[in-house]
Amino acid sequence: MRFLSSACSLLLALMFACPAQALVPEDLKAFAEGGPFERSELISTWASSQDTALTAFLDALEEGSLGAFPSGLLARTPDGEEFREWHTDTLIHEDPMTWEGIMVSNVLRAGVERARASQGLASSDPAVRREAVEALRSAASDPAMLEVVERARDRETDATTKALLQDLTRRLALSATDPERRIAAARALQQSGDASTNFKLLQGLLSTDESDDARETDPKVRAVFQSISTSLEARAAFFEFLGHIFAGISLGSILVLTALGLAITYGLLGVINMAHGELVMIGAYTTFLVQGIFRSWLPELEWMYVIAALPAAFAVSGLVGIALERLILRHLYGRPLESLLATWGASLILIQCVRSLFGPQNVEVSSPSWLSGAIELQTNLVLPWNRLAIIAFSAIVLICTGLVLSRSRFGLFVRATTQNRAMARCTGVRTDLVDMLAFGFGSGLAGLAGVALSQVGNVGPDLGQARIIDSFLVVVVGGVGQLAGALWAGLGLGMFSKILEPLSGAVMAKIALLVVIILFIQKRPQGLFALKGRQAE
Amino acid sequence: MPEALSQLPSRKTIRHFLSWFAGISMVLVPLLRLLPETTFLHPSDYTVTWLGKIICYMVLALSLDLVWGLAGILSLGHGLFFALGGYAFGMYLMRSIGRDGVYQSDLPDFMVFLDWKELPWYWTGTQHFAWAAILAIALPSAVAFVFGFFAFRSRIKGVYFSIITQALTFAAMLLFFRNETGFGGNNGFTDFKRILGYDITAPTTRTILFMLSAILLSAALWGSSLLARTRFGRILTAVRDAEARLRFCGYEPLGFKLAIWTLSAGLAGLAGALYVPQVGIINPSEMSAANSIEVAIWVAVGGRGSLVGPLAGAGIVNVGKSWLTATVPDLWLYALGFLFILVTLFLPHGVVGLVGRLSSSRSTPGGKA
Amino acid sequence: MKLIQHGAIKAAALSILAAATTMAEETIKVGVLHSLSGTMAISETSLKNTALMAIEEINAAGGVLGKKLEPVVVDPASNWPLFAEKARQLITQDKVAVTFGCWTSVSRKSVLPVYEELDALLFYPVQYEGEELSQNVFYTGAAPNQQAIPAVEYLMSKAGGGAKRWVLLGTDYVYPRTTNKILRAFLHSKGVADADILEEYTPFGHSDYQTIVANVKKFAQGGKTAVVSTINGDSNIPFYKELGNQGIKATQIPVVAFSVGEEELRGVDTKPLVGHLAAWNYFQSVKNPVNAAFIKKYKEWAVANKIPNAATVVTNDPMEATYVGINMWAKAVAKAGTTEVGAVRKAMSGMTFKAPSGFTLTMDATNHHLHKPVMIAEVRADGQFNVVWKTPAPIRAQPWSPYIEGNKGKKD
Repeated sequence: MRFLSSACSLLLALMFACPAQALVPEDLKAFAEGGPFERSELISTWASSQDTALTAFLDALEEGSLGAFPSGLLARTPDGEEFREWHTDTLIHEDPMTWEGIMVSNVLRAGVERARASQGLASSDPAVRREAVEALRSAASDPAMLEVVERARDRETDATTKALLQDLTRRLALSATDPERRIAAARALQQSGDASTNFKLLQGLLSTDESDDARETDPKVRAVFQSISTSLEARAAFFEFLGHIFAGISLGSILVLTALGLAITYGLLGVINMAHGELVMIGAYTTFLVQGIFRSWLPELEWMYVIAALPAAFAVSGLVGIALERLILRHLYGRPLESLLATWGASLILIQCVRSLFGPQNVEVSSPSWLSGAIELQTNLVLPWNRLAIIAFSAIVLICTGLVLSRSRFGLFVRATTQNRAMARCTGVRTDLVDMLAFGFGSGLAGLAGVALSQVGNVGPDLGQARIIDSFLVVVVGGVGQLAGALWAGLGLGMFSKILEPLSGAVMAKIALLVVIILFIQKRPQGLFALKGRQAE
Repeated sequence: MPEALSQLPSRKTIRHFLSWFAGISMVLVPLLRLLPETTFLHPSDYTVTWLGKIICYMVLALSLDLVWGLAGILSLGHGLFFALGGYAFGMYLMRSIGRDGVYQSDLPDFMVFLDWKELPWYWTGTQHFAWAAILAIALPSAVAFVFGFFAFRSRIKGVYFSIITQALTFAAMLLFFRNETGFGGNNGFTDFKRILGYDITAPTTRTILFMLSAILLSAALWGSSLLARTRFGRILTAVRDAEARLRFCGYEPLGFKLAIWTLSAGLAGLAGALYVPQVGIINPSEMSAANSIEVAIWVAVGGRGSLVGPLAGAGIVNVGKSWLTATVPDLWLYALGFLFILVTLFLPHGVVGLVGRLSSSRSTPGGKA
Repeated sequence: MKLIQHGAIKAAALSILAAATTMAEETIKVGVLHSLSGTMAISETSLKNTALMAIEEINAAGGVLGKKLEPVVVDPASNWPLFAEKARQLITQDKVAVTFGCWTSVSRKSVLPVYEELDALLFYPVQYEGEELSQNVFYTGAAPNQQAIPAVEYLMSKAGGGAKRWVLLGTDYVYPRTTNKILRAFLHSKGVADADILEEYTPFGHSDYQTIVANVKKFAQGGKTAVVSTINGDSNIPFYKELGNQGIKATQIPVVAFSVGEEELRGVDTKPLVGHLAAWNYFQSVKNPVNAAFIKKYKEWAVANKIPNAATVVTNDPMEATYVGINMWAKAVAKAGTTEVGAVRKAMSGMTFKAPSGFTLTMDATNHHLHKPVMIAEVRADGQFNVVWKTPAPIRAQPWSPYIEGNKGKKD
């Protein structure tokens, strides 16, 4: 951390001061001979120059086309047998075997990123500037930089960047010489900015270690810092708790999504479909195939392959489900335990099919850029886009499913068949067709869950098996045949495990969750939302 | 007589089966084992251990049939009871390694390298064979009793019950995976050296373990067939076929269900205890959800409620598994999958039902099975 | 009737087994014991492929002792007791001269008593936690001192980023627990306080890493942090995806993994992972003629044998270890002039082989482990690795880690 901050403050100093001469031959020689750490430091010292040579140098470095000879000469990857010195482009006569490519390792990459960021600070594009400030912000801590940063803040026109610089000013002002100013800065930080980072900053200043020169010594300021630090800690804890809630909702939405199809096939048709997980897996593999199609035929539209995968996965999983229903389950209605065993057999076959077709390894499904990244509200409250998208998607699917069941003619038939099969048939409902379509619908929903899962987890033949027990538990806890049950049970289980996890660790949280479910079922054998009224045996 | 009840084989059939089974496993195999190893007829160590393992699976299948076939309670967590029995007896086997482990310590090896200083309290007494044997039955029975009491009291049944048992065994598996639980984490117990002072790998020990398994199976089958014919057995059948009506008649099914459930778990535990010294390892994967489902499949393949059927089912599936995983490794999951589907679709009474149908149609042409 | 049926099944089973024993002996049989179905198929299938390829290659060169090698492939289906059963079957029924197999420690522990009892040979190709040394096993994967400790040393160094705080993150089972115990002792010896070590475990098949990643982030606010991941197989991808989503870059918090290689990254979009590290004894991207030939052979073999996705197959460390193992064994048999276990074991000690890693590997004279080079590499955008650090020469394995108390004064 120390070297990083020293490098950064050096960088800041240079950046706002006059440009220095960079990329002189001696430096290049030092670069060629140094290790990754020395190289990284060198790049940092060069970073102030607005020299186009530096940009070209960094580009070449990141492409991996720079290499060095033991004599300290830098050269590009040769075309053929010829080596040319990098900055002079003169021919080098060295033993080609001793040339060694320069690997951009993490330390070096961090240097390159810092250098690029500092170059970005002078950019006329506000977006580039903002990025540059963000990159620097987390590392800068040298109080001597206060004035420089203040000047940069005053010059800044872009509001967001200005706010970032303002925040940085306050952090640096915590070590200002004027005690009043230090207190004012701490007060300002109490209200805005990243609670947990600011808390750590204050904690550092409140250190009791006498030898630490950075520590706050003024007892009055210390007292203020102390009280602000306490309130910041509470604030940070609050955000952390919100983070857990979000994680719970996100996990819950995934559980709801995977269990929804099951709630229909089990709740409405009384069929235990152990192959449900495999239908989810098929949905995920469909996503993989759709991605492949977009990559080879429509590369410019690749960003929207996930959207195109939705109907495809619904259709493929739905058709596989219909095939299952026609071939196997049709013969097993009214025999839930047998349907459980037969569908388990089917799931084995589906897994092995996928394994033979695609191989036992996971396949690569990449997230499009609009689903990558996150909104960072606080360090401990980050909302990743793909999770937000899945939460929204689950809500939409849930609402649509509810509408289909309650408003459409198909839904009416499904409900009629569920409630009284014989009577439904008497009124002219083709119950076997309804069964088939309802099963296909539930399976299609599993396919949709597969698309969502492909964005957060791995896509492999065992994807479904890992999820099936959780999905069943959601259905069982929620109560049969109730979409609301699946919703509350899914969210509840997700929330419960995510709130418990930080307290007890992930393993015990999972075990506790299972035990709680077992106990819960004792109390409410029919689940959260039991069908009211007399139950026929 | 309801059709389901007719699945129960007659006393004569049971007696025939038992005499054949006992003859082969307790007389023929041990005698053949006395032949010199080079003879063709000499069953190898591999064969004896393999058959012993399958017999343990048969007992497990039988224990499931007691609850599922007789009382209609489908447990998808019997692997847990089997594994608990295995672990209980495994503790004894670990203790009897003594100082012959790689660390020459009194503690089991896994405890040494995970820095345990002494045995946890629940290992107390496990150096005694008798206590371990009691534990092997008592532990799964106790777990089953507690779980069953709450579940049956709340009248959880059917699919709900099955799924809850899955959750139970899954939770137990996660618990046993942890090193902190004190059962060797996912490696479980291995590297056993001796049992009651005898070398566990010696051919005689193997033969005796095999015979013990066979005795257990015979006794369990005999006992079960007697039990099924008692009043208790008939009430269980009533629980299976019409629990509500039974209740209206003034019976409280709780006690009956709990009794058979606990008994079944104890039997499964005993099977596990005999299984461990023969296969040489017990670890939490025995508690995986899929393993327990597979046991239900054995029962279904053989024919539930027929007592003999589950034995046949366990035999067929496991022999098939051993054979297919060696000859056509890529295809065995297909075979297994299709077997389950075909059996549930076309053989509702399993292989035993099919055999019964074939034999009765031969003896009385045109007669109904 | 039922009785006869039942008896018939048993008789059939016995006769099948008996038939297997009466095969003629014109070839040398070699057992391949890797799961082709179940949860471990994802990793082990490629080892089976490598074994078959290596056997073909040896046969093409004339076989061993003038006989062809005949692979016997069985599927223990990721089921540990089945491993023991299959091992016994390979040794006693198929009479294989040697077995190449196992991946997980538990599968090795399961078969170990069988190999010791029957005095047969097993070659185990995967990195593991150590704490074992059997006369019947040759360990061609890494012991902890050949993988975990060098990786941590690298991350501590200036060139590796100078990490001061450590998150030891793993799946809750024996390998991660043991490795982390060794690492903790090692970190203590380097002056790292307990407050700067965070140990976290997740259950098998865990797929939701939101809380864990948030924890790591929080912990990292206290100073330069590195994560040492012993997360098992399938959980890695959700973990990495979550890291990417929460915006953690390798330049801030590098993650070094011991179970993630080329094969595991085939199923991941690696662009967000660039810079995260792995420590192994071989990487596909290593440039040398032996490796180039090895990769080419494997790719051709995959196409010829119609492996799914043959166009994109990769090689990885356990595959190299398998390849090295088979070739060393063949050389040892040629040297001993027999496949008899005692003679081969003797011939193996000090055996050398020019491996795809670019080093000439030596089988230790006493401890049955290979001397292996250690390589630390960073993930590239194309799913391959850039080696950023490696040992100048292969180092000797310490199966009994000096950082575990019970091992004081233990000879290997």
